[in-house]
Amino acid sequence: MSDTAERVKKIVVEHLGVEAEKVTEEASFIDDLGADSLDIVELVMAFEEEFGVEIPDDAAEKIGTVKDAITYIDSNKA
Amino acid sequence: MFDLTGMTALVTGASGGIGSAITTALAGQGARLAVSGSNVAKLDAFLAGLPGEGHVAVACDLSDAAAVDALVPRALEALGGRLDILVNNAGVTRDNLAMRMKDEEWSTVLSVNLEAAFRLIRAAAKPMMKQRFGRVVSITSIVGTTGNPGQANYAASKAGLTGMSKALAQELASRNITVNCVAPGFIASAMTDALPDAQKAALTGRIPAGKLGAGDDIGAAVVYLASREAGYVTGQTLHVNGGMAMI
Repeated sequence: MSDTAERVKKIVVEHLGVEAEKVTEEASFIDDLGADSLDIVELVMAFEEEFGVEIPDDAAEKIGTVKDAITYIDSNKA
Repeated sequence: MFDLTGMTALVTGASGGIGSAITTALAGQGARLAVSGSNVAKLDAFLAGLPGEGHVAVACDLSDAAAVDALVPRALEALGGRLDILVNNAGVTRDNLAMRMKDEEWSTVLSVNLEAAFRLIRAAAKPMMKQRFGRVVSITSIVGTTGNPGQANYAASKAGLTGMSKALAQELASRNITVNCVAPGFIASAMTDALPDAQKAALTGRIPAGKLGAGDDIGAAVVYLASREAGYVTGQTLHVNGGMAMI
């Protein structure tokens, strides 16, 4: 697992209070991990802080799964 | 009841009449405060007389958007990384009949009374969401509900605060963050003291309680809405006006 993936999963586990095993790359934040819209905002803000990237609203809207987040961060981080 | 020990608060406009009463009431219940105002020397002197310890003054010009955006982070740092309570108290008036009202009189009032409050709540929501706890109290006014000739700008800013607070209350309720307003009626101040007796009598004649309110009446209302005990109250306005208007 890449460094980004590990850090993303750690943030998701912490913020959503879900078990680490449930946070697979295919997991959907809303459908599988029980996140609501406010959780998504919190997650996006936490990713921005952790990786020093800016995730604009139109990009954030497309982040539905754990993998989406990892891919976006990997291709946009400094 | 209503013990605020261990809680921290940011209060804007703390050196004014109502602001100092709110600050004193919060500190009296045990909260540690960051207070903002335009005159730090005045704030420091005021803080020295407050109950409790560890209060800090933070200078901020609320008409300067960048300074407002920096205020919550600065207060957080000064308070050790926790912010439980935000009180949007600062407000200005630029009274004028609408036909004579300058653009600048309109925009100054909206920017300080409404936009600064939005910026502060937006910034404060971040730490409050992480904490899963927050209390936002904005000081509005009876005229936000009833209107008042000569105060189109001020009434709009206060009504705006009320509507905004209801929207934010819904956005943040699931995180144990409440967003409420306290709407003072006529409160005794240096300004009302200076009124001629006849005008004072006309004013109190409209108030069933038969007297003007005191700053402490507002302070007590803020303490209640800031307390842990008020956790199930959100999106509300607590009118403190001696019965002058019952809404």
